[in-house]
Amino acid sequence: MSSLDLNELSLRQINGRLHAAEPGDDNAAWRIENPMGQHAIACGLSRAMSVTVAGNVGFYCGGMNQEAHITIEGHAGVGVAENMMSGQVRVVGNASQSAGATGHGGLLVIEGDASSRCGISMKGIDIVVAGSVGHMSGFMAQKGHLVICGDAGDALGDSIYEAIIYVAGKVDSLGADCIEKPMTEEHRQTLQALLERAGLEKDPDSFRRYGSARKLYNFHIDHAGDY
Amino acid sequence: MCGIVGLYLKNEKLHSQLGRLFRPMLIEMTSRGPDSAGVAIYRNPVPEGQIKFSLAHDQIDFDWQSLSDRLSADLQTDSRITPCNTHAVLASAAPEQAIQDWLRQHAPAVRVVGRGNSVEIFKETGLPEHVYARFELEKAQGRHMIGHTRMATESAVTTAGSHPFATGADLCLVHNGSLSNHNRLREALQRRGIRFETQNDSEVAAAYLTHHLQRGLTLKQALEQALDDLDGFYTFCIGTGDGFAVLRDPIACKHAVLAETDDWVAMATEYRAIATLPDANNAKVWEPRPATVYSWGAGSPLNEAAEPSAFATAGVA
Repeated sequence: MSSLDLNELSLRQINGRLHAAEPGDDNAAWRIENPMGQHAIACGLSRAMSVTVAGNVGFYCGGMNQEAHITIEGHAGVGVAENMMSGQVRVVGNASQSAGATGHGGLLVIEGDASSRCGISMKGIDIVVAGSVGHMSGFMAQKGHLVICGDAGDALGDSIYEAIIYVAGKVDSLGADCIEKPMTEEHRQTLQALLERAGLEKDPDSFRRYGSARKLYNFHIDHAGDY
Repeated sequence: MCGIVGLYLKNEKLHSQLGRLFRPMLIEMTSRGPDSAGVAIYRNPVPEGQIKFSLAHDQIDFDWQSLSDRLSADLQTDSRITPCNTHAVLASAAPEQAIQDWLRQHAPAVRVVGRGNSVEIFKETGLPEHVYARFELEKAQGRHMIGHTRMATESAVTTAGSHPFATGADLCLVHNGSLSNHNRLREALQRRGIRFETQNDSEVAAAYLTHHLQRGLTLKQALEQALDDLDGFYTFCIGTGDGFAVLRDPIACKHAVLAETDDWVAMATEYRAIATLPDANNAKVWEPRPATVYSWGAGSPLNEAAEPSAFATAGVA
């Protein structure tokens, strides 16, 4: 485990060190000390490696991540794992707004609560939140899974496309074109696998599934005469 | 942009370090607001029957002592003035309205930036670091403090357009965001007799609260009413004589984070402003919910309606 201290090195130096990791360094383990809420820590990593951030981080931590496994031993600011492509980001504490926004792939695990707009415009990422999420979560979510073990705030899944949302707790309200759908065995297995990957022991049968009614974004043939 | 910060020290042993603990909080928010900065600090309450005014003048060598002497002679009362750079703190036993009228008549270039029993407001254009140094806030002692770093979007970079804005006795507001209906709201408030000194949208929010507090609403009621009437984006931190309150608009676009330990409660636009506080790593950290009033303080005045006289000179910049 190599240690990088933000009290001694600049953020740019630390991210540069992580980006410069040679292919032979794959799976190297790094520990970033004294994050002090700084922004863009461990952003843009593109190789398999393990990075642990020892404390609370600011905005966009782990953004654009590919392949790396990043653990934040604290709370995360706005846009954690934003536009993640692959790999894994785990937040041990709470996450602020827009967690996992626009993510294309990989797994984001939030062990605490996430704030509003969690998974906004997600495009294939899987997000598992052990706690609750704020309003407008899953807004315009296109692909991937958003698993919420606690409650969801207002307008869940507003204008959702083909992402799938699972919620164990209560939902304050559903957004436009988001509806509850039946849990089939296939969904139960998908959810079970996601919970296992996230390391959470939670009964898949305690969840409800939500998705798109497909009335808002699909062209409806009966409306052909309107144009 | 803009950055806002607030610190309330629960542990009395830390009161002597308030200015030192608050300094990195404000300065960390420089990148969000390098135009100007300001703070409200609650300290040295005046004895019963007196009132404290925070005054400002554009000239750094303005003769505050002479102003205080003339005011005391004319109003036949005792006053004490403590100059501090472009500002001064006046403590006087004269009636509040009489002081306000006298200042308007005899010293129109002097701006009233705050008043109450314990609040002192200091604000200037320039980097937060420089503003903090010019008012010698590093060694300030007290229980709580709120501050603002400004990146102007709606109006000019001037001292009068800097935050905090006073909204009543010991009450003041700092704002991160922008209001979209401030022009019409300003006109409506002007028709009701509220005076404005700037074209600033945050001054409208302060005046709006002042107006509703004058009508007899509690601070909590006034803030809840604001959710209906203010259009735009905002995170507010409102300093009160006993602590501070926080409110975000229903969409909650503007960042805000709260943190609490056994020793202190802090709010900031970003966590990095809180990270330097003692034991911040182990604090309870969370994001305030939208459209929800949060408050801290001993005997919070949130639910008490003030006497109308408490707002005799409110709506000041």
